[in-house]
Amino acid sequence: MEMINMTINGQAVQVPANYTILQAAESVGIRIPTLCYLKDVNAIGACRMCVVEVEKARSNPVACLQQVAEGMVVRTNTPALRNARKTTLELMLSNHRMDCLGCSRSTNCELQSLAQEYGCDNHKFEFGEPLKPDIDDSAIHLVRDNSKCILCRRCVAVCKHNQHCSVIGPNQRGFKTHIASAFEMDLDETACVNCGQCIAVCPTGALTEKDDTKKVWAALADPTKHVVVGPAPSVRVQLGEEFGMPIGTNVEGKMIAALRRLGFDRVFDVDNAADITIMEEGTEFIDRVKNGGKLPLITSCSPGWIKFCETYYPDFLENLSTCRSPQGMFGAMVKTYYAEKAGIDPKDIVVVSIMPCTAKKFEAARDELSTNGLRTIDVSLTTRELGKMIREAGIKFTELPDETCDPFLGMASGAGHIFGATGGVMEAALRTVYEILEGKPLENLDIHAVRGTDAIKEATVHVAGMDVNVAVTSGLENASKLLDMVRSGEKNYHFIEVMACPGGCVNGGGQPHQPGYVRNFTDLRAVRAAGLYGEDANMELRKSHENPEVKELYETFLGAPGSHKAHELLHTHYQVRPMYRD
Amino acid sequence: MDRSVLEGDPHAVLEAMAIAGYAIGASKGYIYVRAEYPIAVERLKIAIGQAREYGLLGEDIFGTGFNFDIDIRLGAGAFVCGEETALLTSIEGNRGEPRNKPPFPANKGLFQKPTIINNVETLANIPQIIMKGADWFSSMGTEDSKGTKVFALGGAINNTGLVEIPLGTTLRHIIYDIGGGIPNGRKFKAVQTGGPSGGCIPAQFLDTPIDYANLTRIGAMMGSGGMIVTDDSTCMVDFARFFLDFTVDESCGKCTPCRIGTRRLLELLNKITDGRGEPEDLDKLEELCYYIKANALCALGQTAPNPVLSTLKYFRDEYEAHVYEKRCPAGVCKNLMHYEIQPDVCRGCTACARKCPVGAISGTVKQPHTIDVNKCIKCGACIETCRFNAIVKK
Ligand code: SF4
Ligand code: SF4
Ligand code: SF4
Ligand code: SF4
Ligand code: SF4
Ligand code: SF4
Ligand code: FES
Repeated sequence: MEMINMTINGQAVQVPANYTILQAAESVGIRIPTLCYLKDVNAIGACRMCVVEVEKARSNPVACLQQVAEGMVVRTNTPALRNARKTTLELMLSNHRMDCLGCSRSTNCELQSLAQEYGCDNHKFEFGEPLKPDIDDSAIHLVRDNSKCILCRRCVAVCKHNQHCSVIGPNQRGFKTHIASAFEMDLDETACVNCGQCIAVCPTGALTEKDDTKKVWAALADPTKHVVVGPAPSVRVQLGEEFGMPIGTNVEGKMIAALRRLGFDRVFDVDNAADITIMEEGTEFIDRVKNGGKLPLITSCSPGWIKFCETYYPDFLENLSTCRSPQGMFGAMVKTYYAEKAGIDPKDIVVVSIMPCTAKKFEAARDELSTNGLRTIDVSLTTRELGKMIREAGIKFTELPDETCDPFLGMASGAGHIFGATGGVMEAALRTVYEILEGKPLENLDIHAVRGTDAIKEATVHVAGMDVNVAVTSGLENASKLLDMVRSGEKNYHFIEVMACPGGCVNGGGQPHQPGYVRNFTDLRAVRAAGLYGEDANMELRKSHENPEVKELYETFLGAPGSHKAHELLHTHYQVRPMYRD
Repeated sequence: MDRSVLEGDPHAVLEAMAIAGYAIGASKGYIYVRAEYPIAVERLKIAIGQAREYGLLGEDIFGTGFNFDIDIRLGAGAFVCGEETALLTSIEGNRGEPRNKPPFPANKGLFQKPTIINNVETLANIPQIIMKGADWFSSMGTEDSKGTKVFALGGAINNTGLVEIPLGTTLRHIIYDIGGGIPNGRKFKAVQTGGPSGGCIPAQFLDTPIDYANLTRIGAMMGSGGMIVTDDSTCMVDFARFFLDFTVDESCGKCTPCRIGTRRLLELLNKITDGRGEPEDLDKLEELCYYIKANALCALGQTAPNPVLSTLKYFRDEYEAHVYEKRCPAGVCKNLMHYEIQPDVCRGCTACARKCPVGAISGTVKQPHTIDVNKCIKCGACIETCRFNAIVKK
């Protein structure tokens, strides 16, 4: 790698020639404030927070875009620069509904913390009327309040580039510019796939998930309701971030303890349902291979991906696994199997899922997922919403003991846990499919070719005398590329895993916010996934089909994987969705 | 100006583009023209058709093996699309918004390919220069600013229209000799050059030769070649406000300094012209101007404060009169002036009273009339009506 020598704030530095000033400064421990820039997402130089002085330059460049050069002399911290950044912030604040006291992003808001760092005069340029809320809450998964938007366009970029949806963008111009959909349509009317990536990247409180905690508090307070909860695989390696713990810390035991203390009657694990998913999907795959069914089989765990497929790639609907997602299976099993075992009328059961995801809110409301006329998931909360409930309940999370889930639907294998990272479903499925087809144990359970954060990962696995070609992708832009190659015949696979969010659920739209200055220099996807793979590696039980609770479920209730009953309760169907409404 | 070239001599531009394409090895050229100039568009289309017919555009031009063709792209008339990167973004089919530089268009331009981008007037000079030689072109103009420049002369001037002058000509020559001076015997006050983001030049620089360096030095610029002359009936604060109002409206809204900063500037100016200005506002105004210039993403924002800065520099007394004395010296800012009938001049003809739309004027025939300032809406109808010049703005 070509290196160059430069000076930053008087300090001699050697950095790779393709670095930006932002990266170069970071490498010597200097943080340059950023707002619009977000690694892998947005690099448009719009906010002007990161201006720096470069000797002999005609004007002050922005550090997020300006590449370094040999002999460059940079200053990041002069009075003039600090003053300029302060003014930039004060201008933003002059057009911001400063509602910090009740704002869900308070203490975790990039604008707020910079305003505090720079000692801003919040009202310096406030000449007009105070702003009123400017809200679009039409969609089921999120709320946009443009009175808190700083027009950094991170949401626009992630939706357009990383998620290939482009349902939001800047409308009008100049001071009237605001983020909205074409023709000022409500978000609900667009082909938004509910992935929530826009929320995940938003530096302020302008985008938040739709808060469903009130429904849960109400259920918990209702003595006639039996309230059951299950967290998704990735939640346990993220919830700790809500309480200031290091990224990727596995807090499974504390999470379960916290859920109990919140008053849930049963704490189950959606990872158990992930194991069930593997049983069903593995069986479906073997069936399709053996009986000439539609291939490639594509996973169906990610509701963001499912809606994307229904809307943008409807010609692949038959390739989708008919398996419900783990959330869907979890809800169905609670309201049938568990209800039966526990002797509780399913009408009195409230099922709450804790998800990394905002698309799960949409999924939970799908009619085709109801069982016997009942919604199977009553409320789907994000990891962030759970964090909020725990704080509100006064539970000292970091001091909680480790606890384990309740029986019936509470035990999970390592395969179930790794669902949360891209490649996890594939790896889990291969472990089971291999053993079923070969009839002997798989020697090395770690299938590294499908791990990691590469855009598209491929592997060929030899199973039962056959070469099985698999591909794994995450992020809908990558998924589109992969599907285009499949469609054109350029690629031939038997089995494909798609996760809507880049990196999978560990980077889901409902996960704790990490500010730009963390995201720009830490690969959240990798660090969080490492937590899941670590848990899997340390387990005895690492294969879904060996999970004793899952075995019992099949033996005493469902019959065999793929049985009629399993189909009725664990599978679903899809519909073509128009990209534009009339 | 560019429009008149496109309408009058589109072939000059096509020829120059083919030459430029040949020089840099490009095979494709685009002309970006506002859809609001239908005649220019129509004539360009005809000219491109003719050029193709004569083999001046297309495949294997003059048997040289060089291919070059030109497409027209219509713009929706956003001012910011005059900024080169915004123009490129617009041609690509996106919202017309500037991009950060670097990368410069010469490295990564249209569709991320190396691109040269020039203005119509520049291109129209090329064939002439190639035919008559660089010495011919350099024989006009000054040491650092060669050739000629077309200005669109307008405002308080007798002869309005396009004027082409060798660079180095003085403003006095342009305004008094070519432009025929200021109408109605009024006094020259300033001239705004370079369009809405240029600066104003006061009388003390009337004898300064106009070239790029001099204009920049005195806080104005060549820009689009606009030249708006004002006389002593113009309020310079209001004048700056007028231009800023335009740029605020035309800001693309991408970067913070321009999107919010220019709007706050405008609000400060409104406050001052409304008579609500406070002493610290002048400092705030100046500080904000320099901040926007240094921090905005593109030239639109970086130059938007120029009218304010140049008027603050040359006509600070007018700003101060608005802020400290709540007075508009030119009698333009409505909140800071009122109409008065001078009793010694008024003949009591009643013409004004009959004309006033709100009945603010009272008085009996042959007696001096008076205006009720509380009723008056400052429409100015009376002043126009009075044959004895008895009514004055104060
Ligand atoms: S978005 Fe940030 S600055 Fe705005 S009200 Fe919320 S916490 Fe405060
Ligand atoms: S939820 Fe996903 S698809 Fe919908 S607007 Fe946000 S980023 Fe785009
Ligand atoms: S909604 Fe959030 S991410 Fe989108 S532009 Fe506004 S502040 Fe940025
Ligand atoms: S990848 Fe995970 S978080 Fe993202 S939409 Fe799919 S299920 Fe939800
Ligand atoms: S300076 Fe103005 S016009 Fe230029 S990018 Fe910024 S907002 Fe857009
Ligand atoms: S300015 Fe208009 S409203 Fe006022 S007195 Fe004259 S005519 Fe009447
Ligand atoms: S301009 Fe660099 S972070 Fe916004």
